Amino acid sequence: MNWFVLPYLAWSGWASRAAIALLVVCAPLATTLAADSVSTADSQPQVPDTIQQRVKACTTCHGVHGEGSAGDGVFPRLAGKPAAYLAQQLAYFQDGLRKYAPMEYTVRQLSPAYMEEIAAYFSAQEAPYHQSPVPSVSTAVMERGKQLVERGDSTRGIPSCVSCHGERLTGVEPAMPGLAGLSYDYVSAQIGSWRTHTRAAKSPDCMAIVANRLRDSDITAVAAWLGSLPPPTDMHAQPADVEKQVLPGWCVVSDAGVTP
Amino acid sequence: MKRWLGGLLAVVIVLVALALAWTFFPSPREKSPQSASSQVSATTLRDPALIARGEYLAAVGDCAACHTRKGGVRYAGGRSLATPFGNVPAPNLTPDPETGLGQWSFEDFWRALHLGEGRHGELLYPVFSYTSFTKVTHDDALAIFAYLQSLPPVRQASEEPSLRFPYSLRRSLAAWRALYFKPGVYQPDPARSEQWNRGAYLVQGLGHCNECHATRDALGGLSPDHTLTGGQIPEQNWYAPDLSVNQGGGLEGWSKGDIVDLLKTGQSAKGAAFGPMADVVRKSTQHMTDTDLDAIATYLQSLPARPAAQALVSRVSFDRKKGAQLYADRCADCHGADGRGVAGIYPPLDGNTSINEPTGINAIRTVLLGGFAPVTAGNPRPYSMPPYAQELNDEDVAAVVSYIRQSWSNKAPAVRPSDVSVYRHTPID
Ligand code: HEC
Ligand code: HEC
Ligand code: HEC
Ligand code: HEC
Ligand code: HEC
Repeated sequence: MNWFVLPYLAWSGWASRAAIALLVVCAPLATTLAADSVSTADSQPQVPDTIQQRVKACTTCHGVHGEGSAGDGVFPRLAGKPAAYLAQQLAYFQDGLRKYAPMEYTVRQLSPAYMEEIAAYFSAQEAPYHQSPVPSVSTAVMERGKQLVERGDSTRGIPSCVSCHGERLTGVEPAMPGLAGLSYDYVSAQIGSWRTHTRAAKSPDCMAIVANRLRDSDITAVAAWLGSLPPPTDMHAQPADVEKQVLPGWCVVSDAGVTP
Repeated sequence: MKRWLGGLLAVVIVLVALALAWTFFPSPREKSPQSASSQVSATTLRDPALIARGEYLAAVGDCAACHTRKGGVRYAGGRSLATPFGNVPAPNLTPDPETGLGQWSFEDFWRALHLGEGRHGELLYPVFSYTSFTKVTHDDALAIFAYLQSLPPVRQASEEPSLRFPYSLRRSLAAWRALYFKPGVYQPDPARSEQWNRGAYLVQGLGHCNECHATRDALGGLSPDHTLTGGQIPEQNWYAPDLSVNQGGGLEGWSKGDIVDLLKTGQSAKGAAFGPMADVVRKSTQHMTDTDLDAIATYLQSLPARPAAQALVSRVSFDRKKGAQLYADRCADCHGADGRGVAGIYPPLDGNTSINEPTGINAIRTVLLGGFAPVTAGNPRPYSMPPYAQELNDEDVAAVVSYIRQSWSNKAPAVRPSDVSVYRHTPID
């Protein structure tokens, strides 16, 4: 609508009536249009320039602070896990070492630098732990779980879990994940996936050796024991120097490969 | 029904042709590779300038995308490419004498790229895009060969293809090639500018854009009459849109700058790259020079207008109210109530090629999978879209996708919940 036309229309009687009519018709239209453009400007969302905003894809599954999903713990917790460990896992999903299609698709287009930034974000989050349900198992099974976690089983060549995952089971800097706070389902699923080759790590893949030496009943036992532990008050990974010596000569890389 | 009959007829004709070809075509010469009689000296192949040019051209050709296994050494082969006829692994291109191209002369390489023949004269499967690469000039092929020969050799044996009969017989390719393959280096059009010709050379040749951006027939062939008119990629199930920017084209209204932005950064004012195109941008086009990207855009701008799509007599109905509600609740935060997105951050949905493409696959799968636009030098920290596969059932996805396909200026047919259920189960690779 060209408003400059109006004065000329007002020149004659019929024309001014026409103009008024036009105005009556056009004015609401014009205001609607104006209102429209205002609401458009308003509805142009303000997008925060933050990493939290950028990782909306991840937080749909893992929670806004990487707290993981409650209950079954299908979506693992990311908050507080060592940054180098998280970044490494993202690379494993990219490289096909670790398999879960929706994760593989999400991380596919990311660069190593960006994955490190994302990992650092989740690693720095503090979020309360929630304990997930554990199936009821016998005390004997719980005992077996406790034994494997704290002392291992030298008859089967299995070192204790704490020897690698830290005395408090909260992991060891820079890249050893903790086991405290993981759900029964998650622990058993992960150990299972090492055995079915849907999860692997770069050599030496020590966990693959551990996983393959555990009996099926041992997996239930460690998962149940770990899942039933109350989370420690300080969930941070321990500094590297407190790492205890794993069984001597256990899982070391040499030219001949990995010697368990 | 008529189209179906036509399709059946085509298949019958082609099968007869196959049978005839099998009987009458000379079997490809089983030549023994000549040794060391190459016209190209070893010194030429070691020229650093030639190698550097070859590295660039190999990126333009995106050779590494196919010839690298997930998490594997670049160019050492191993990725298996799915086709409707079976899987074909891409071989090792590093100069390892036993498992790679270590014993290849340039002439062998030229025959592979230009004629689609292996070192022993065997016919190669056209999933290796030689139907496009045949347009590559001798000089460019030499540079690529020099680059590949300069790589550290990696010992990694290539697997055998696993195709169904009769496709498992390489000889059966003779008939396919008679129908669909015309070898020949790109011939510049003297009536056009140098820039246009460069663009046409890149798009039709090394860039092999048409291998995805056109519809394949029942035998996986591409018709010369329909180049860059868009098509569904078999097995991968993404839709690569028509690339004309003119009336009726898939990129209608895209400026030269929009095209360059998309290819260079993975984002543009008109839409973002995802799925296979995100791979193409990240691994190939973002590495192209501005001059080459301009040339590609110039060429695409010259593609003709397309016949207006037939009026949509879509019998698919959908729950518009539900779609609108889902959109307001789940999508408007990022893409805006007006579907215009946020410049440089969230792509617009109004007028978006990927939403208006004929099948609806792209929008359905994006809603299911979410994801990040590709990381590129021009967009190193992209924003992301959440996946809705868990939260929304097939009816919900169909409703919201149909809604965005018929809102604002969009006028594409609605999609069905049954379509969603199919694409929910498409493997991501
Ligand atoms: C569709 C849901 C989904 C999305 C989206 C998703 N994840 Fe995951 N993620 C999972 C599931 C499920 C697992 C466990 C997979 C398994 O069983 O190995 C997982 C595993 C992980 C792990 C390994 C955790 C560990 O302790 O070993 C990391 C790290 C991770 N995701 C980070 C991310 C990041 C970062 C993003 C975004 C870039 C993301 N995820 C997006 C579902 C998702
Ligand atoms: C020799 C060292 C070692 C021992 C012993 C060991 N682990 Fe591990 N574990 C690792 C390493 C290293 C990783 C990280 C693997 C990776 O990078 O993917 C890991 C990862 C895990 C994970 C996956 C954590 C996550 O967040 O996804 C679980 C579960 C696990 N270990 C359980 C156990 C249990 C249970 C035991 C005892 C029976 C055990 N581990 C003993 C080295 C060890
Ligand atoms: C779309 C995937 C794809 C792309 C892109 C691709 N190739 Fe290939 N290439 C293949 C496949 C698959 C084969 C195996 C064909 C067969 O076995 O018949 C192959 C075969 C070859 C061969 C024959 C090797 C042999 O051992 O017989 C050469 C040489 C080759 N490609 C070079 C290249 C170059 C150079 C480029 C980039 C300009 C390239 N390829 C891009 C998939 C691809
Ligand atoms: C491996 C298959 C493949 C190849 C090769 C390919 N494309 Fe695409 N392209 C796609 C798919 C699938 C889409 C739809 C997804 C999207 O929009 O990002 C697409 C979309 C596009 C778009 C529109 C993007 C948008 O946001 O709507 C442009 C422009 C484009 N391609 C240009 C090219 C050019 C130029 C080439 C050659 C240099 C090329 N493509 C090669 C698969 C491919
Ligand atoms: C948190 C912000 C966010 C939300 C919420 C969101 N999207 Fe997206 N959307 C994006 C981003 C970022 C991209 C680009 C992704 C890419 O390139 O892979 C995108 C891409 C798309 C595309 C492909 C268009 C193109 O050019 O890339 C479609 C279609 C789409 N979104 C639809 C939806 C629908 C429908 C919803 C609601 C169910 C939705 N989006 C919710 C951020 C979002």
